[in-house]
Amino acid sequence: MFNPFSTRGSVIAAAVLASAMLTASAFGSSATAADHGEEYFPLQSYRVGPYAAGGTGFFGGFIDYMNLVNIRDGGVDGVKLTWSECETEYEVERGVECYERMKTQGKPGPAAMNPLSVGIAYALLDRATTDKIPLITINHGRTDTTDGAVFPYIFPLLLNPWSEASAMVNYAAGRDGGLDKLKGKNIVVLYHGSPYGKETIPIFAMLAQKYGFNVTEIEVPHPGNEQESQWLQIQRIAPEYVFLRGWGVMNPVALKTAQKVGFPADHIIGNIWSNSEEDVKPAGAAAVGYIALTDHPSGTDFPVMQEIIKRVYGTGQGNLDDKSRIGSGYHTLGVINGILNVEALRIAHTHFGDKALDGEQVQWGFDHLDLDDKRIAQLGATGLLPPIHVTCADHEGAGAVKFQQWDGTKWVVKTGWVYADRKLLRPLIEASANKYAADHHITPRACDKVALK
Amino acid sequence: MTAALRTIAPRQWALIALLVVAFAVVPRLGFDYLFDAILLPVLALGLAGIGLNLLTGYAGQISVGSAAFMAVGAFGAYNFMLRAPGVPVLVSFILAGLIAAAVGIVFGLPSLRLKGFYLLVSTLAAQFFVQWVLTNFHWFANDDPSGVVTAPQIVIAGIDVGTSAGRYVMCLAIVLLLAWAAHRLARSQVGRNWIAIRDNETAAAVIGDSVFRSKLLAFAISSFYCGIAGILWAFAYLRTVESDGFSLDLSFRILFIVIIGGLASIRGAFLGAVLLVTLPLLLTRFGAAVFSSTNSGVIELAEMILVGLLIIVLLIAEPDGLVSLIDRGWKRIIVGRLPRIS
Repeated sequence: MFNPFSTRGSVIAAAVLASAMLTASAFGSSATAADHGEEYFPLQSYRVGPYAAGGTGFFGGFIDYMNLVNIRDGGVDGVKLTWSECETEYEVERGVECYERMKTQGKPGPAAMNPLSVGIAYALLDRATTDKIPLITINHGRTDTTDGAVFPYIFPLLLNPWSEASAMVNYAAGRDGGLDKLKGKNIVVLYHGSPYGKETIPIFAMLAQKYGFNVTEIEVPHPGNEQESQWLQIQRIAPEYVFLRGWGVMNPVALKTAQKVGFPADHIIGNIWSNSEEDVKPAGAAAVGYIALTDHPSGTDFPVMQEIIKRVYGTGQGNLDDKSRIGSGYHTLGVINGILNVEALRIAHTHFGDKALDGEQVQWGFDHLDLDDKRIAQLGATGLLPPIHVTCADHEGAGAVKFQQWDGTKWVVKTGWVYADRKLLRPLIEASANKYAADHHITPRACDKVALK
Repeated sequence: MTAALRTIAPRQWALIALLVVAFAVVPRLGFDYLFDAILLPVLALGLAGIGLNLLTGYAGQISVGSAAFMAVGAFGAYNFMLRAPGVPVLVSFILAGLIAAAVGIVFGLPSLRLKGFYLLVSTLAAQFFVQWVLTNFHWFANDDPSGVVTAPQIVIAGIDVGTSAGRYVMCLAIVLLLAWAAHRLARSQVGRNWIAIRDNETAAAVIGDSVFRSKLLAFAISSFYCGIAGILWAFAYLRTVESDGFSLDLSFRILFIVIIGGLASIRGAFLGAVLLVTLPLLLTRFGAAVFSSTNSGVIELAEMILVGLLIIVLLIAEPDGLVSLIDRGWKRIIVGRLPRIS
């Protein structure tokens, strides 16, 4: 007979009880974030795993900004912002599960998806387009999604990977006295072994051919905590510059290993995902002099950061556990991502009215996202992000970065906005997007031609 | 007719009812989440579990290279569909499975000399080698800059099975067919040879079982199953084909599925897959509902600990896996009180 007091009986009883509770909560929780008149942002975040530093900083900043808008303004044009988190650990299959779980939440549906993972973004290209939910890949993503005619719902805002590569080459050229000075020089690109890392392989090869420098592209397998052989190879090549396209733990390990093989830190140029305090502090003295590009300079002096400190952290609603990370690279990028999402929503309100909008309506807002210097100043973010002008055909909208140097305690911005050669890249982006359209039987929508400076 | 019906055991009735529900009722529910987040990964991982179970559970050869063979299948099918557009989709699936089988034979060769942990290490080589090849030779991903390719549309006999329900039905049909084949195979002479080798290799050789042939056959068939599972994983579930996704982590998950579900059992692979897919999801939702104010990273870490603990408890309480747990439960329902041995 079943005896609940025997060992086996109690194990079974506990298991039955636990599964009953789990099932109840599984069905009970699906109605959490869906209240009337609220705009819902699903957050596919990652707070554990090898990329937790990036995830906690970025999503912390995003949440902090949404909190600021709710506390200070009572929402966007009276519509309160809500959100919920789903842990992805930066893994594609978990990201897909999170997407499927969250896409039906919120009323009248999610505003936009911000997964902060190229791998997950790739898996969502189709789904987000079919479900009519904007997919935001700020500073990363698949480059040819910049062509909004083929990818109406995908937005690699501010800086796509190819623009980043072009800006790095332009900076190196500027430092040496012009693009013609690059001829014959050796440059090594050390990249993260993931879709994100591989995205720029053909573009560096193209730029090398165009400007006559020699490029060697070396992969560091994910997650990148072992780089001896790669840096020994770099030592043999003895390049002028190493372009570091790292992510997470790969960055400090690269800087430390570079020091070990005697490669000077000020000839390592980090990209947009190798530029946060979390990337350099663990490397200690090895990071001093290291240069990285950014379109989201660190610091707490910007008025918007001051407001977050005062109104959000001051009232105990801040998202970062470690207050010293406020204003770090990742956190700042999260705040900027918040600004862009909120402004897109505001622009969509001018067209559809001040109410909770669905993904299709928010897409209109992103498609018309236009922040000039004046608007950026009103937002208290002057110098924090470049002006951005998104159009139907151009979903990047900016393509400018600054270069900063680590002095051992803080980043010092060394340049003004350095621009990518977007005119050079645009035909390649269109060719790649059109190939995708042909392969997937997509008829590109009609957009005005992009006018690039 | 009635006599024939009467010979069907209650267990078979349950199976028939399950099939009717799976094919006729479930696809009509129109609940995308169920297909895209639960059923599709369960079917793909379950099939990979069967593949590994043929090798490990029946033939006794341990492997941590399952994900590598899944990758071979997925990239194989992608390239067949890309480069030979006239070939029907299902034929390209089978061809890709055969390539996975061939790769499986190559990496199975060391099993003729190596046993146990040493064999484990050599299958680990398969895992790393396949990923290395797929990462470094861009031809396999059609020279895509990021190495990630979007899975093409699947059109079978003129029907686009692109919807969630369509992909589910396709997967279900393929998986059930292969599961039935594996079930028959395990009870055939081939399966008996495998079990003989697993239980005592020397004795098996003495009674005339060709150890050489049986082991390589086990690697080939197991890799074929993994290859097809990889196709379903990449084409029907994730819908992107990417070498990084077929990592050692995935290989270990499949090994856990086999161990938790029950070694040398076809049903066990599915039970293990269901548990490994749904348990973390249930815990996540439970955590989110109860501790909504806590940092989601803390909840996530707590869940990982809990999943680990539950698996340990399960294996201590039931070392033969979920299959034997369910079998005893079933007997209790059908037979009533079991005689107690004390």
